[in-house]
Amino acid sequence: MSAAGTRLAELCRAAREGDTKMLLAQVPYARYLGVRMQVSAGTPRFSLPFTAHLVGNPALPAVHGGVVAAFMENAALLHLLLMLPAGRMPRSVDFSIDYLRSARTETLYAGCEVTRLGRRVAQVQIRCTQVAQGADEAADAGFSPAATPDGAAETGDDRLVALARAHFLLAEPE
Amino acid sequence: MNPSPDFLRSLTERFPQVIPHVRALGIELQRADAEAAQARLPPRPEFVGDPERGLLHTGVITTLIDSVSGVAVFARLGAPEAIVTLDLRVDYLRASPADSALICRAVCYRLTPHIAFVRARVWQRHEDEPVAESLSTFMRAGAGRGPLERRR
Repeated sequence: MSAAGTRLAELCRAAREGDTKMLLAQVPYARYLGVRMQVSAGTPRFSLPFTAHLVGNPALPAVHGGVVAAFMENAALLHLLLMLPAGRMPRSVDFSIDYLRSARTETLYAGCEVTRLGRRVAQVQIRCTQVAQGADEAADAGFSPAATPDGAAETGDDRLVALARAHFLLAEPE
Repeated sequence: MNPSPDFLRSLTERFPQVIPHVRALGIELQRADAEAAQARLPPRPEFVGDPERGLLHTGVITTLIDSVSGVAVFARLGAPEAIVTLDLRVDYLRASPADSALICRAVCYRLTPHIAFVRARVWQRHEDEPVAESLSTFMRAGAGRGPLERRR
């Protein structure tokens, strides 16, 4: 395996064990957006805290639709990376998103499911949600279950913002 | 409806002023009229997706497409109106080197009372070697409202 591949594999291993910062640092665009990642019981969950540079429509206000899509693409890529043994970035083939609700200027959450994992091609489905109403307690409190009043607020599953699917081409094993 | 030159000029000027994320990324609108919208996005280190191969993150391309596709709808509408993206799909045709600008042209090829249909193409070196192709649909949410409408 190349030096870069070995490093990526090490970062993935660390992320699987809960230390995701270094892996996120490997994807500059994820860092620019402010994507956060938490792995618990082997399952990654993603969040995107709101910052002013993410706004699309200041009149509503709403997060830019491209940011929602990019956040979900990042989630899919990072989720897939965590599942693959080889240390090379999968390459995006296509991406398709349905926007269900405008994304409020609050934290976005995403979770993924790998619905197809072949030798060459993977398909990932992504759900993007926000907390249903009121103050964004889940973002302030982080992901800690103890700090949020109920399970729904912790995961932000209440309000489905968008659904997406992505195909990736998997690198040849080295 | 043929958009007035004033409306198109206002659209082009106000696009980066009014949409914070467009301003943050540095998207430069080059053209907006009833036939097409086109924009250029100069490269930045923070747009990298794959540092090993030196490639742009596809999310940047998607954001550029969503933005320019929206402008194409506005320009075709010719008057302020709120629009909402319904769906967007992108095919990534070629690897995009991170050191080269992206150009996106979007065409609103069909407009109905409720829906706008857009196709877009993104390239770097040459239009005949696109890095991405896209189709999207937008819902028209009502005349006289929209982020780019000049406030009176």
